[in-house]
Amino acid sequence: MSVLIENLARHVAGGKLVLDDVSLHVPDGAFVALVGPSGAGKTTLLRAIAGLDPASSGHVEIDGRAMEGLPPRERNVGFVFQNYALFRHLTVARNISFGLDVRPRTSRPSRAEIDAKVAELLALIQLPDLGDAYPQRLSGGQRQRVALARALATGPRLLLLDEPFGALDPMVRRAVRTWLRDLHDQLGLTTILVTHDQEEALDVADRLVVMQDGRIVQDADGETLDATPATPFVMEFLGETLRFPGVVSDGLFIPADAHVSPFSTNAAEGATEALIRPHEVTLRADAAGGAAKRVGRRGPLERLAVSLGERSVEIERPVEAPPSGPVALEIAQARLFQNGKPAVEGNHPWSDASAVLADVVPEPV
Amino acid sequence: MNALASSPSSDRRSPAEITLIAATYAIVGLMLVLPPVLVFTEALRSGLAAALASITDPDALSAIRLTLEMTAAAVIINTSFGVLAAWLLAKYRFPGRGVLVALIEIPISVSPVVAGLVWLLLFGTQGWWGEALNRIGVTIAFATPGILLATLFVTFPFVTRTLLPLMEQQGRDAEEAATLLGASFWRILWGVTLPEARWALLSGVLLTTARAMGEFGAVSVVSGHIPGLTETMPLHIETLYNGYQSVAAFSMAALLAIMAMATVGMRSLFEARMRREEPRKAETAGGGA
Repeated sequence: MSVLIENLARHVAGGKLVLDDVSLHVPDGAFVALVGPSGAGKTTLLRAIAGLDPASSGHVEIDGRAMEGLPPRERNVGFVFQNYALFRHLTVARNISFGLDVRPRTSRPSRAEIDAKVAELLALIQLPDLGDAYPQRLSGGQRQRVALARALATGPRLLLLDEPFGALDPMVRRAVRTWLRDLHDQLGLTTILVTHDQEEALDVADRLVVMQDGRIVQDADGETLDATPATPFVMEFLGETLRFPGVVSDGLFIPADAHVSPFSTNAAEGATEALIRPHEVTLRADAAGGAAKRVGRRGPLERLAVSLGERSVEIERPVEAPPSGPVALEIAQARLFQNGKPAVEGNHPWSDASAVLADVVPEPV
Repeated sequence: MNALASSPSSDRRSPAEITLIAATYAIVGLMLVLPPVLVFTEALRSGLAAALASITDPDALSAIRLTLEMTAAAVIINTSFGVLAAWLLAKYRFPGRGVLVALIEIPISVSPVVAGLVWLLLFGTQGWWGEALNRIGVTIAFATPGILLATLFVTFPFVTRTLLPLMEQQGRDAEEAATLLGASFWRILWGVTLPEARWALLSGVLLTTARAMGEFGAVSVVSGHIPGLTETMPLHIETLYNGYQSVAAFSMAALLAIMAMATVGMRSLFEARMRREEPRKAETAGGGA
């Protein structure tokens, strides 16, 4: 079931825009994650798709059908709330069958059919014996799965998940995540997931929609986001980032920091910032360079603090012998930004990533 | 072990603790246990037969019936409005909401006598609308409608007050989940909202019941104290007592006390149930909040 959103906006009391001209297309069968910091509008967008929060303007289409004026109860989307919102006074089985039980008599399946459906869903969520239990007795992970089963009982093809892993402990999280992805593939669902955890999103979704201040900043798969982030914010949101201010002059990026080698670029002249991941550097022995010392180690990687005169940065590399003397930093690959926008031609969120990453060639000094 | 030894429930208590506990028991005994005990003793002073005879007196029976009728009506009406008000105040934010929440508390803080006087001022024969209503054959003051109005006013806050905090805490998630699963408004109210708040609702209903049965001040002002007609149990007790019919007065008082205590007993039972369910609820919501 595809979802099409066009120019969606939502104001709240006080005139604040919580959704600002949001357009998004989620094709049938896709697994998309809405990511961003708190207050970015992710949950608002999800609720707008479900019809829980009306939009001020714009257009929402589900499976080619315009949603304007269609109340949430007629949209048949599966929705899993952050705190699961299970009905505490009903057993797990009655929770799951709720969506079938409330149907008008004419379209309601028979008791036996409903019971069979519940048994099938209980098996699917791997809790076959808990039908008679009340939600209070379940663990967080179990409640989460019951909430999912309840959302799936009416056979929606579109599943909306609001921070579904938020309340789970890390061990359970990983397991539920994998299971959810399998379920998505197995049932042929279209899934939109809201999370503030970018790693979770990268893990489970085909595509990430990065939101900030009610806007979609970038919409791409993880690799593209990492290679060609649309803004420094996207880069920083997706992982640890080192920022090197500098200028581009005569086809060279000249860092402001001491002990960082310039490199060639085809970016326009002027103030420029180079953003890198901590592992996208190499160290070169340099008698005039800065001190480097190991500050941590995790598995095959070590972290080194490298002094750049005014400040020091922490870089990451495979464990090897510590540098014997002062070093200089050589940036292996970088994303260049000028005034918060990608600086290199073609360094555009929707362009091919490989072409952009290759542009950095260390300049012999 | 250490934690146990230092807990306040350990066997070794300081003299200050012992004094405090003893004082609490003494005060509770004096203020709360002694009065009903005295009421029952006085009622049974001339034996059970005399007590029962005084209760089956026609005026007494009329008072009992009127009290039960007024209580039933007040509970039904105030439960309906209370649920509606709590639901509205808990689930929606609108201008003037804070004022409404404060207004609902008025009957708790205003003396019931004042409330009774207000009804008289409006509906008494000298009142604003009393004469006009009288002309079309509606009597409110010194009649049962006045008593009902007074009882309604006094018991108005209880259902809302017990439901509101719970409903606010529960938020709208469960209702929204039900909506998305295709449930209609009424289905959600009966199938989700009220069942989820059922212990608080019952508690509020019972509190309303106890208060309605015992209301004296407001009813006293509007009813006119007509024995056999507009006297409820508390008013009848006063009439009997003032007429030096002490056994009859205390027998009626004992009956009223039994009714009230049964209500309060049921209420604590439900509150215990509620509390047992709530901590788990808090845990469910805690992760998400």
